[in-house]
Amino acid sequence: MGIDIKTKETEIPADFPGKVVEGGNGGRIIVTSFDKIINWSKSNSLWPLTFGTSCCAIEMMQTGASRHDWSRFGFEVARATPRQADLIIIAGTIVNKMAPVLRRLYEQMPEPKYVIAMGACAISGGPFFYNSYSVVKGADHIIPVDVYVPGCPPRPEALLHGMMQLQKKIMESSMADEQQTLADFDKGEQPPEK
Amino acid sequence: MDNEKLKSLIESWEPTAEVTYEGIQHLTAVVAPEKLYALAEKLHGDKETQFDFLTCLSGVDYKEHMEVVYHLRCQATFSEMVLKVKIPTRTKPEVETVCTIWRAAEWHEREVFDLFGIVFLKHPDLRRILLTDDWVGYPLRKDYVDTVNIVSY
Repeated sequence: MGIDIKTKETEIPADFPGKVVEGGNGGRIIVTSFDKIINWSKSNSLWPLTFGTSCCAIEMMQTGASRHDWSRFGFEVARATPRQADLIIIAGTIVNKMAPVLRRLYEQMPEPKYVIAMGACAISGGPFFYNSYSVVKGADHIIPVDVYVPGCPPRPEALLHGMMQLQKKIMESSMADEQQTLADFDKGEQPPEK
Repeated sequence: MDNEKLKSLIESWEPTAEVTYEGIQHLTAVVAPEKLYALAEKLHGDKETQFDFLTCLSGVDYKEHMEVVYHLRCQATFSEMVLKVKIPTRTKPEVETVCTIWRAAEWHEREVFDLFGIVFLKHPDLRRILLTDDWVGYPLRKDYVDTVNIVSY
C-alpha cells in the first residue's frame, strides 16, 4: 500500500477569468486580482532617483517641474538616495569612470527596480560613439534597461511618454513571471519570455 | 591698451617672440618654452600690462609640435591677449609652470599633463586629474591608440 501523491489534473474551465500558474508538485496558484493591485501600486508610485550626468538632466528637471509635472503620473518625488528609489532615469552620458558608480547605485536600490535610458548617450553613446576613449557605448552595458527614450535630448513630453510606457510594462507584468537576475544579465542572457 | 603698443612692449621684453594681431580676435604672442616664464611674469607684473587673470589654459597637439595656449585678461582695463608656447618636441615636451604667477594654472596644467602629456617643470603637484592614476598614454594626442574603448570612424 502506498500513498499516491499525484494529484488529479483538473481541467481549467474555458471561461475562467484569471490566470493559472503551475506551482510544481501539482499545486496551482491563482494569480488574478492580487497581481493587479500590486502592479497598480507599483506603477503609480515610481520614485525616481535624482541622477543626472549631463544635459538630458536639465530636460528631466523640466519634466519634474510645474509645467510638465511628472507627479501627475505618480512619479511624485525624486529621491536623493537609491535606497528609497524605484527608478533610475539615466539622463546623460555615462563615462568609464562613472560606470561602477551607476552599477553600485543600481545594486543599492530595493526590488522592484526599473531603469529608463534617456537620450542618445544613455542608449548608445550617441555623439560620442566614435573616437571617444572615455564614453560607455550605451548604459545597457552596465545595468539592464527597461525603456529607451530616444532624442538628443528628448523633450519632456517624450520622457513622460517613456515613463508611461514603463507603467504599462509594469501593469502587464506578473509576480509569477521569472525575473531576470543581475547575474544573468552579466552573462548576457536575455530576459525570460512572457 | 591698443594692440600696437602691446606688441612693441612685448617685443622690447622678448625680441624672439612672434607677435601678430591683424585679422584675429586677440593679439597673439608665440614664444619658445625657455622664454615663457620671464615673459609671463612681465605681462603679469608690469604696470603697463597687468594681465592679472588667466582665463584659460589649454594644450594643442599639432602632430609636428605641441602648444600650450594661455588666455590672459586685465581686470583693470579689460584688455585681453593670447600667449602661446611652441614646444618643438613631441617625445618629451616640457615647459615651466606658470602657477606661481597665476594660481589658476595649477589644475589646468594638471589637466593638460593628464590628456597631452606635457610636463610642467616646477609644478607643485603634477599628477593626473581626470583620468585614473593607472591610465596608460595621453588620450587627446593625435597618435593615441585604444583598441578597447575607441570605435574609430
